[in-house]
Amino acid sequence: MRVPLSWLREYVDLPAGQSGRDVAEKLVALGLEVETVDQLGSDLKGPLVVGQVLEIEELTGFKKPIRFCKVDVGDANGTGEPQEIVCGATNFEVDDKVVVILPGGVLPGGFEISQRKTYGHTSAGMICSARELGMGDDHDGIIVLPIEVEVGSDAIELLGLVDEVLDIAVTPDRGYCLSMRGVAREAAIGYGIPLRDPALLDVPAPNSYGYPIAVEDPEGCRRFVARTVVGVDPSAPSPLWLQRRVQMAGMRPISLAVDITNYVMLELGQPLHAYDRAKLQGTITVRRAHEGEKLRTLDGAERTLDREDLLITDKSGPIGLAGVMGGETTEIGAETRDIVIEAANFDPVSIARTARRHKLGSEASRRFERGVDPEAARAAAQRAVDLLVLLGGEGAVAEAGVTEVDAPREPVRIGMAVDHPGNVAGIAYAAETVAQRLQEVGCTVEGIDALTVTPPTWRPDLTDPNDLAEEVIRLEGYDEVPSTLPQVPPGRGLTPAQRLRRRIGRALAGDGYREVQNYPFVGEAVFDAFGLDASDPRRITVKLVNPISDEEPALRTTLLPGLLATLRRNVGRGNADVALFETGLVFRPKAERPVAPRLPVDRRPTEAELEQLAAALPDQPYRVAAVLSGERAPSGWWGGGRTATWADAVEAARTVAAAVGVEVTVRQDRHAPWHPGRCAALLVGDTVVGHAGELHPRVVKALQLPDRTCAMEVDFDLLTAELAATGGEKLAVAGHISSFPVATQDVALIVDETVPAADVEGALREGAGELLESLRLFDVFTGEQVGAGKKSLAYALRFRATDRTLTAEESTAARDAAVALAADRTGAVLRGA
Amino acid sequence: MSAPNKSYDPVEVESLKPEEVDKARDAALAAFAAAQDLAALQEAKVAHTGDRSPLALANREIGALPPQAKAEAGKRVGQARGQVNQALAARREELEAERDARVLVEETVDVTLPWDRAPRGARHPLTTLAERVGDVFVAMGYEIAEGPEVEAEWYNFDALNIAPDHPARTMQDTFFVQAADGSPDSGVVLRTHTSPVQIRTMLTRTPPIYVICPGRVYRTDELDATHTPVFGQVEGLAVDKGLTMADLRGTLDHFASSMFGEGIVTRMRPSYFPFTEPSAEVDLQCFVCRGASVGDPDNPCRTCRSEGWIEWGGCGMVNPRVLVACGIDPAVYSGFAFGMGLERTLMFRHNVEDMRDMVEGDVRFTLPFGMEI
Repeated sequence: MRVPLSWLREYVDLPAGQSGRDVAEKLVALGLEVETVDQLGSDLKGPLVVGQVLEIEELTGFKKPIRFCKVDVGDANGTGEPQEIVCGATNFEVDDKVVVILPGGVLPGGFEISQRKTYGHTSAGMICSARELGMGDDHDGIIVLPIEVEVGSDAIELLGLVDEVLDIAVTPDRGYCLSMRGVAREAAIGYGIPLRDPALLDVPAPNSYGYPIAVEDPEGCRRFVARTVVGVDPSAPSPLWLQRRVQMAGMRPISLAVDITNYVMLELGQPLHAYDRAKLQGTITVRRAHEGEKLRTLDGAERTLDREDLLITDKSGPIGLAGVMGGETTEIGAETRDIVIEAANFDPVSIARTARRHKLGSEASRRFERGVDPEAARAAAQRAVDLLVLLGGEGAVAEAGVTEVDAPREPVRIGMAVDHPGNVAGIAYAAETVAQRLQEVGCTVEGIDALTVTPPTWRPDLTDPNDLAEEVIRLEGYDEVPSTLPQVPPGRGLTPAQRLRRRIGRALAGDGYREVQNYPFVGEAVFDAFGLDASDPRRITVKLVNPISDEEPALRTTLLPGLLATLRRNVGRGNADVALFETGLVFRPKAERPVAPRLPVDRRPTEAELEQLAAALPDQPYRVAAVLSGERAPSGWWGGGRTATWADAVEAARTVAAAVGVEVTVRQDRHAPWHPGRCAALLVGDTVVGHAGELHPRVVKALQLPDRTCAMEVDFDLLTAELAATGGEKLAVAGHISSFPVATQDVALIVDETVPAADVEGALREGAGELLESLRLFDVFTGEQVGAGKKSLAYALRFRATDRTLTAEESTAARDAAVALAADRTGAVLRGA
Repeated sequence: MSAPNKSYDPVEVESLKPEEVDKARDAALAAFAAAQDLAALQEAKVAHTGDRSPLALANREIGALPPQAKAEAGKRVGQARGQVNQALAARREELEAERDARVLVEETVDVTLPWDRAPRGARHPLTTLAERVGDVFVAMGYEIAEGPEVEAEWYNFDALNIAPDHPARTMQDTFFVQAADGSPDSGVVLRTHTSPVQIRTMLTRTPPIYVICPGRVYRTDELDATHTPVFGQVEGLAVDKGLTMADLRGTLDHFASSMFGEGIVTRMRPSYFPFTEPSAEVDLQCFVCRGASVGDPDNPCRTCRSEGWIEWGGCGMVNPRVLVACGIDPAVYSGFAFGMGLERTLMFRHNVEDMRDMVEGDVRFTLPFGMEI
């Protein structure tokens, strides 16, 4: 809502000298969000005066029509002589009154006017258009003023060119502030001064001879007032002040009748509609649309109507979408003389739905959605009639017929303890204060301790005691609320899962990975690039109705698409060595996807009802993933670095597992999008909790990634499932630190190349028994010495007892047992044996 | 061969003559002094103190002397050997010091060479900011609550007093999820705020409830310098007997001073949210200029645009209708709630100029934030 300060002052006597900013501050404190205070005409400088054209000489020989004019500006130029001005506009005649800026003046935008030679004449000033004066974008030519304005008088004041406009973002509960009346009421409260309510008008009682109206749907249309004005001069223009106010409020002046309906809406908040009576056919009926009905609205669009749409109809069919937009057939035109004014009150929900359904928000629908004062309808109709009669030419007359159709409604009455506002705020308000503040906003207040409050008709948002409490607290001032701290009972800190997630982030970052947060939006293309089978469960996605991009209409089922896109972006920006990680949810639809019911809100839903909601939601497990390419350890003056490999990806997964204190085992696997020979499945027990390794070369190519890009992804929920089942965290247990000497034994085992090292290691560990302190694979060797299809694995085994120094026989026996089990399990042969 | 029975005079034993002993001693001292390094000294040591050195040989002769001669000869040779050993030790010390000084100089390196072999990692500042906020409230006794990002409309809207046709529902540009049959009426959305976590919390806990809910939320804004369709929020909820707006204000003030510096306070302006009543916007006192830039055009403040306050979030007393939908009796309990955008907070707290930097994942953006903020 744009509120010109000069207009606001019509309803409240703001203290002299109060600037727009001062008023804005008051309104903000009361809860109106004043976004800007526009200073209109602040860079305009006179002399800007009314002139009358005395002579026009058409200059010829130029590319466009040029006029040399003599203009009477009275004494404004100091001489009284006519001002000689060259002008490029042609929409005026001799004797017309125009707006003249004299040399020395400055137009908006810093355009200084001086006497100058042009088109062979000296031009001393300029005849102005509306655009040049900052009055809007219409550039149909210069402004022709009404003939009655006085020559030589100040046009800045006449046109209202200097003003301040408050731009207010009105919240949905304050529909009444989409009007001058509503904002003025707030300003009056803010300053503690009286309001001149523009809706307090004498209106004639309804009678039976107004324009016939039938309301078939009283739920949708609570009130319909119709008035008629006949004999309006179709050529009568809107007066300058009216145009200027409508324009300052952000609407375009169009014609007298339309400008008046808009003006009254801006003033009183009641949307009006004007019909050309000559185009109406019989009774105006308010009803819901029939299946398949169509309407061409004023914006020229033909709309197929929904059965829920509330319509204004006559014998011809639909003539308007009630409360949203009128139809073309009954539009006010250049010939319109007899006008029927509609001032109706429509159901907010119905209007909101229609506006949304047809994607057709209008000034009217915006107000109806937020609730319009039903008691303003009569006054608004009266105000429009008065203005049409006043401005519509000599012959304009109001007809005596007044139609009013009403669906009576019980006023809302709210019971509230008088100390409730104080209990909400944490301040003790005096009982008189509570009553007085509620009365200020228009409530009727009865009772002493237990109040019965009837909110005013323009405040449909006031329904509950807390609504009333807010009114009292905001008028008393939010700044008055003290600052105290509640007694919070002791908390338990982070949950085990929350702590584990933090550990993972720290561990990966500590290991050189940088965290990113990607959008979760994906499309089919990336699954194709990943080489996923048609039946791969990762292709089953949660799909959006209205995605940001049609290319990515679904939610991720893996973290890798986003991470790999970010890796590519970094490489594209010249960072070749990239190691990234992300944690977050992925979205896996359940097999059955029922619609989530809309549960009631007037009670707690039952557990069964809540389960219905849960069943409608996808599984949303928490994942951890990392990707890397380039050098894992950089090369430098010290020598070569180390290129990231599949092993780094596996190590990242192990880092995650170690951070949460879970042991993962690794198994060779084939799993898109990984390289079929370089893909590790990560297991906790028998459960696969993720994968790690190098990406498939085809995936690398399809996604334009650096060669040998590696990745890992682990499902946190699966990784920690066992922990979660046993309290969430495993307590680390200190081991016994033996101070007896260590006995080291190295073994080299030859196995088939296909035997996983993990199997050999597992067998060695198990076979070595309790005396084994640690085991380390220090060499992997293939070549002629070990034979084709074989590999040699060299291990260092360290043995130590907690209670004695081991004898050579003991450690050798343990080593032999280890080798024996490895031989048994994996076919390993001791090298050199 | 000397004659038997003749008294054995050391003077007559050539090597034990005083002048011979002095000569051997002087030769040793001269050799040590002449040794220019430890190797030369070692040679001199062998030559002058070794088994076959003149003094060692002389020493051996003493044993054959008659008892009366032994004492004097022993004394003479012993003194000489003592002087030699002393000189040797002194010279060794000298030469070792010289060597150490030389070697350490030779081993000098340029310690200004860059040593960045281990790439540094970092966490995303939105993650660490959420943790920091969480820690502030955990320290007050709050717990951290979480919920799903794909959420039922009932949690996201209805239970929060946002009726199906309420204008507030269109204020938030919602991503809707398709139903199984592809229709738009699944009753499921991407949550538009973290407030559904409030509902879930109130449904699963009994008052007193004090929770903080950080999380990712979604609205259909296009990405630009100040908007992103996916962003973070952090919301607080308290439900207890007798909670007031004063408690809300005090909590916000404590939050502000914990995050932005001692003494920083908040301001509330009346506003509207369906799920709170009364509702307010929360402004943060500018932590850079603390209001000093207001009306002082010579010292403008970039952080608050010289307004003294920074718009931070929204808050209010939990609407009793919301309590009812969660089965909490508003006649017994009241509550307050507040919420802030994490991106916005990060932007003004850390001078992030463009929201796209938080989204694009450029490794250069994350690095300065390290492990905690």
